[in-house]
Amino acid sequence: MTIMNRESFLNNVTANLHRPRRTEGVERPEWSVQPQDEVLSGLSQDELVDVLEKHCAVIHTEFKRTDRTGLAAVLKETVEGYAGKTIVASSDPRNADYGLHDFYQSIQDDGLEVHLWDEKEGKGNQAVAERADVGITFSDITLAESGTVTLFNNKYNGRAISLMPRNYIAIIPKSTIVPRLTQATKQIHEANEAGNDVASCVSFVSGPSNSADIEMNLIVGVHGPVEVTYIVVDD
Amino acid sequence: MSIKLGDASYEERVQEGVQNEFMRQAVASAQGRFRSGKQKQADKLGNWEDWRTLGEEIRTHTLENIDYYLQLLSDNVSKRGGNVFFAQTAEEANDYIQHVIKEKNAQKVVKSKSMVTEEIGMNEALEEVGADVVESDLGEWILQLDEDPPSHIVAPAVHKNKEQVKETFTEKKGYNQSSQPEELASFAREQLRQEFLSADVGITGCNFAVAESGAVTLVTNEGNARMATTIPDTQISVMGMERVVPTYEELDILVSLLTRAAVGQDLTSYVTSITGTRLEGETDGPEDYHLVIVDNGRSKILGTEFQSALHCIRCAACINVCPVYRHVGGHAYGSVYPGPIGAVLTPLLDGYEDHKELPYASSLCGACTEACPVKIPLHEQLIRHREIIVEQEKMTPRSERLAMKGFAKWGSSPAAYKMSTAMARSAMKPWTKDETVANGPGPLKGWTVNRDFPAPAKQTFRSWFKERQKGGES
Ligand code: SF4
Repeated sequence: MTIMNRESFLNNVTANLHRPRRTEGVERPEWSVQPQDEVLSGLSQDELVDVLEKHCAVIHTEFKRTDRTGLAAVLKETVEGYAGKTIVASSDPRNADYGLHDFYQSIQDDGLEVHLWDEKEGKGNQAVAERADVGITFSDITLAESGTVTLFNNKYNGRAISLMPRNYIAIIPKSTIVPRLTQATKQIHEANEAGNDVASCVSFVSGPSNSADIEMNLIVGVHGPVEVTYIVVDD
Repeated sequence: MSIKLGDASYEERVQEGVQNEFMRQAVASAQGRFRSGKQKQADKLGNWEDWRTLGEEIRTHTLENIDYYLQLLSDNVSKRGGNVFFAQTAEEANDYIQHVIKEKNAQKVVKSKSMVTEEIGMNEALEEVGADVVESDLGEWILQLDEDPPSHIVAPAVHKNKEQVKETFTEKKGYNQSSQPEELASFAREQLRQEFLSADVGITGCNFAVAESGAVTLVTNEGNARMATTIPDTQISVMGMERVVPTYEELDILVSLLTRAAVGQDLTSYVTSITGTRLEGETDGPEDYHLVIVDNGRSKILGTEFQSALHCIRCAACINVCPVYRHVGGHAYGSVYPGPIGAVLTPLLDGYEDHKELPYASSLCGACTEACPVKIPLHEQLIRHREIIVEQEKMTPRSERLAMKGFAKWGSSPAAYKMSTAMARSAMKPWTKDETVANGPGPLKGWTVNRDFPAPAKQTFRSWFKERQKGGES
């Protein structure tokens, strides 16, 4: 696509820096300190789960833990807790591995409406997300320190699923948990270097939306979900 | 609106701020809350100083090579289907955005909080071409309904109490519930959801743009930036040119510094990284994407002793520790950018002429410099501003003597933080006594009224103040 006014703009910038224009060969220096690597380093996967669980309390997020066989029951109980009638979920390839097809079928049999994100439906996906009570996705990378699920939004996992319904459930395979943002950005950086295009939207989500804009009182639930549950699955 | 807010003189603005009891208490408590959150984070990490050092190194390297990184950024955005417009001035930026709006025949534009769009006066430019602009950040929406300018860069409506918010909602939107913050927010959610669904264009700012991939990253808690980048088919991101970072690895550090220094959170609820247009098969996100990169005076700061002012990541930590801000509030700065960073940046971007008092809105206690997560020597830069104003420009402002005396009295010692409001008022005597002001050198040069900006700040601030006088304390 087009780039407008770049030459004059950058030449002016360069003139102010009193040196010739740099168009290539700039390398990042070796930084003198790397404090980010020390955070939660050396913790086992189970210890990271504990860190995540503790942080969920800080970010007003319900924490649950189960294994693959128990997942359907925990999901069902969570959806019921939200009095969810309409569910929108990603059509993630992992759905099959985690037995979610059977689960979605069974709650449909119970009379709930389930919509799996489908590129063929175009804007129809968003319309369902807007009226859905619950959105469900997997986490792609989970950050223990900040209680964050990282979502690579794509044609299977629309942006609206984790955003528009009042309630959001993130399924977190234990193996996706890393200490902090550092490991996630490193992974994205390395994929990018290797020539893999980064997702059109990477969403780092830490609990429900909130605001302190009225008298500095924390209000949980503004534009995004009001209630959030994380389900860690031992895998 | 441009970088300059309203047409009240500095003295008037300070006076209004200082006399406004509710606002000062609200500001003080906001400052305290943000500060202790930041302190907790620093304690938890233990090596906060290393984080700051790294932040400073990253910002220094990036600004020294900003031509390279902006070129890379724009190449990558373009590769991912986005248009990139480099705007030397506010006018160029607004012209381009107007052009996109007209081309799309857009009726409604939904915005998430962005300071650079305020700096360039984008909302007015959009209204000129007939577009309805809706602010979607809760605080900004309240202010927009009330035609009041923001007073804090992280908590823009900090000077309003919940009764006032309720009144505004009732008057402007037919709200009929209580002044409970949850109810107010839930009402705003419903109202704004409809705005998002019917918007033709979404406009966001940009906290950091990643050069290596072209990703524009937005750091928010409410989710409005996600809505603005998910629902409308056309999206425009507007960024100050200094907002670039080399790779995702540096994004990590700067986002971590920002959320910790700003609100004391490990991360905000949402950090959203958008790259170009939606890909094949995707059904949400924009199909038409524009990135507008704004200079508007920034390049003049490059290569000068003030270059590091461009390292600012807009976290407001300096504002939260500032004893002067605490007493006068955000509106007194008369700029989109308040507090210590506003006092440094505003004269650089907009010239000394209209802002020559700002470098004096500081006690030079150095708390700002110490708080800054990227180690900008803010108070030293304020001193340099003063030297330049006094020695080179020979424009000694009348506030100089008064300001120095007044601010020194209550701003320079740690005890000032604890000063009761009553004491603070007497310490502010030089500002509140009419004769003192009248005895100063000749009046300030009248504001050159640019465009048809109706100076809402002054009017609503005053009428609100009067109301409060009548109604007593809340
Ligand atoms: S100057 Fe430093 S402390 Fe102030 S807003 Fe900018 S980054 Fe934050």
